[in-house]
Amino acid sequence: MALLTLLAVATIAIVRQRSLFGVVILAGIYSFLMASLLIALDAVDVAMTEASVGAGISTVLLLATLHLVKATEMRPIHANWVPLLVALVVGGILVWGTISLPPFGVADTAVHQHVAPYYLSRSIPETGVPNVVTSVLADYRGYDTLGETTVIFTAGIGVMLLLRGMRRRDDNDRGDAA
Amino acid sequence: MSLDLILRIGTKLILPFILMFALYVQFHGDYGPGGGFQAGVIAAGMVILIAITFGMSAAKRVAPQAVVERMVPLGVLVFAGTGVVGLLLGKNFLDYSVLGHDPVHAREWGILLVELGVLITVSGTMTALFYAFVERGR
Amino acid sequence: MEALETLGRHYNYVVTIFLMVAGLYIVVARGNMVKKLVGLSIFQTSVYLLYIAPGKIVGGTAPILDPAYKIYSNPLPHVLILTAIVVGVATLALGLALVVRINESYGTIEEDEIFAKDDEQ
Repeated sequence: MALLTLLAVATIAIVRQRSLFGVVILAGIYSFLMASLLIALDAVDVAMTEASVGAGISTVLLLATLHLVKATEMRPIHANWVPLLVALVVGGILVWGTISLPPFGVADTAVHQHVAPYYLSRSIPETGVPNVVTSVLADYRGYDTLGETTVIFTAGIGVMLLLRGMRRRDDNDRGDAA
Repeated sequence: MSLDLILRIGTKLILPFILMFALYVQFHGDYGPGGGFQAGVIAAGMVILIAITFGMSAAKRVAPQAVVERMVPLGVLVFAGTGVVGLLLGKNFLDYSVLGHDPVHAREWGILLVELGVLITVSGTMTALFYAFVERGR
Repeated sequence: MEALETLGRHYNYVVTIFLMVAGLYIVVARGNMVKKLVGLSIFQTSVYLLYIAPGKIVGGTAPILDPAYKIYSNPLPHVLILTAIVVGVATLALGLALVVRINESYGTIEEDEIFAKDDEQ
């Protein structure tokens, strides 16, 4: 599909770009293209999350970092052949590994056989929620979602510990001790 | 007329709709795409937009730093608490079917509570991340 | 030609692998820390494609149950990838906080200069 080709073009642009601000903007474009591709693949929850998180929060945090770090351009790129060779070899092995995977869009592959019809048939009678992704995420696999919420909590606490340490000049008695 | 007048008036017009859209996505996560994560990020995006357009003091009037920091663990507590309630009432951890009068409605209530916990943690964390990055530069 | 037909049916895998390899190359071959983190996030998004593309059924619809539709795309990869996206942004935030602190300590975010400063001490 054309969206896939656009994604590849955006990635090549990110690899070659030297200005860091350009890299951040291209990463935002890449996120939007990925969100459109996910809509075309019928993954609507995932597309909404990728658009808001990837093109929203990621871009804001990268721009805030660029402002704090005050770096605008990378050093000149000297061509290194070893990483390129390693990358090509890994890519070749992966292509060889995925040749026998099922083709795109067929309905009777092994992926769709066991667990998915179970959830699709039981979501409304057991939980009353038509959105199967929400019912699986919050009810059938709620333990994973608890773990994920803990990961977000840990990231928030970690960043607050790293970046709100001794540089604060205002009153120190507000908030918990870091 | 300064050039950012359009930006300020446009942002003021659109801000309540962003918050309403975040709450819509949260509560209609059962019937359409959505859920806690998307809603939390959109709500945090509203605070970030206020901070970008009107300055950090205006953003801190809407979402004070202490409230945002307290929200981060509160959502995890709500989520884990819903699980423990299932444990205390005699069934397994994170079993929602004991929360109401019949299992189907009880599981719907459980899903709503859990998504509320996720909303609180995600919006609190994203706003706290933004505040932490901006405060470092002062 | 059979090779082109196979390529056409597996085009999503080819682009996924290209994105994965490009992300890996950016992480390994570029010295700037912010660009390494962007490359890592490209690598992660290629994995999302790897999981979601096999779940799509041509002629199906999004997995929201409705009496008008019979065939739905597989909801299970969507759940896993939803978790993965949020974990990815958490990792990016922590990485960027570390980059800010490294910059305050060393004065630069280029890997070669940091190693040179460490060798001097």
